Amino acid sequence: MGKKIFILAAVFFTITALAFSQIPVVDFDELQPRLITGSDSVYVVNFWATWCVPCVKELPEFEKINEIYSDQKVGVLLVSLDNARHIESRVLPFIEQHGLKSEIILLDDPQSNRWIPLVDESWTGSIPATVIFNKNSRSFYEKVFTYEELEDAVKLKMN
Amino acid sequence: MFFTLAALTFNYVSGQGYQVGDRATDFRLKNVDGNYVSMSDYPDARGFVVVFTCNHCPYAVAYEDRLIEINNKYTPKGFPVIAINPNDPALQPQDSFEQMQVRAREKGFTFPYLFDDGQSVYPVYGATRTPHVYLLAKQNNDLIVAYIGAIDDNYQDPSAVQDRFLSNAIDALLSGSKPDPDFTRAIGCTIKTAAN
Repeated sequence: MGKKIFILAAVFFTITALAFSQIPVVDFDELQPRLITGSDSVYVVNFWATWCVPCVKELPEFEKINEIYSDQKVGVLLVSLDNARHIESRVLPFIEQHGLKSEIILLDDPQSNRWIPLVDESWTGSIPATVIFNKNSRSFYEKVFTYEELEDAVKLKMN
Repeated sequence: MFFTLAALTFNYVSGQGYQVGDRATDFRLKNVDGNYVSMSDYPDARGFVVVFTCNHCPYAVAYEDRLIEINNKYTPKGFPVIAINPNDPALQPQDSFEQMQVRAREKGFTFPYLFDDGQSVYPVYGATRTPHVYLLAKQNNDLIVAYIGAIDDNYQDPSAVQDRFLSNAIDALLSGSKPDPDFTRAIGCTIKTAAN
């Protein structure tokens, strides 16, 4: 009996540990390679946070792109700007609650004056913000997308 | 290369609002104490720290204590802080005038906290996020924009700050020189407006 509980507990902690390691935490230097590509794919990188109401509102559109275009060369990356201290208390529960399937990483780099212009020179710093690019061109959007707008922007890069 | 390309080809929104060197307009907005405040109410000021900020945004909240410090340090030197909430409370109920009064009392704000009722002021300045700072310097009878951007370079941790952009910019003005840098950026919350 005691042994069973021990094994159950071990399994539980392993699963919990796996769940908590779902989100890689990176600084901007680690994120930057994800903002360019030499491949034939189109990448959609969205900057968001759980506390950002307009970001949360448009997340389903990114999820939909990720799902509908999963068999085509389109990759969606959701970059959370939440405080890294809130991963377990807010970000992971949010991901579970909303059933997010897209790849998610957390950018923990408070020196935003340095990296904002490296994402895009025109970015004033408000979120949501999105970069859509292929190996030849990039577009930057500091706005909330509807699904139609997002799909059009992705298709623009697929040709 | 791609970064340069993107900057050249897309999204020139920066033409709206003020840039450093522009003449800033005065406003008349309701303070949390019920009185209306204009910059012309401060004949002795040498300039102003106009900061668009709000209740709900974690980045804005992170800077509340630092804004109080800056106001307490620089008001006697002629650069008082004036905070303005630009958000539409219909979209962000936490940023209503009543909630502003509550927050100002809780935190003991030493500066006016004004409500941009009808959202007529922030678009003129070109603020896009909270917090978003416009440092103005009096020249003759004009208010000239001397610095736009962030308060410092680390919202998370005041003790890890390396560059106090805003304080350095005010110090530069006080010593008769130009702020350098005069433009910085920071992540912040989008200003909530029904037009978006």
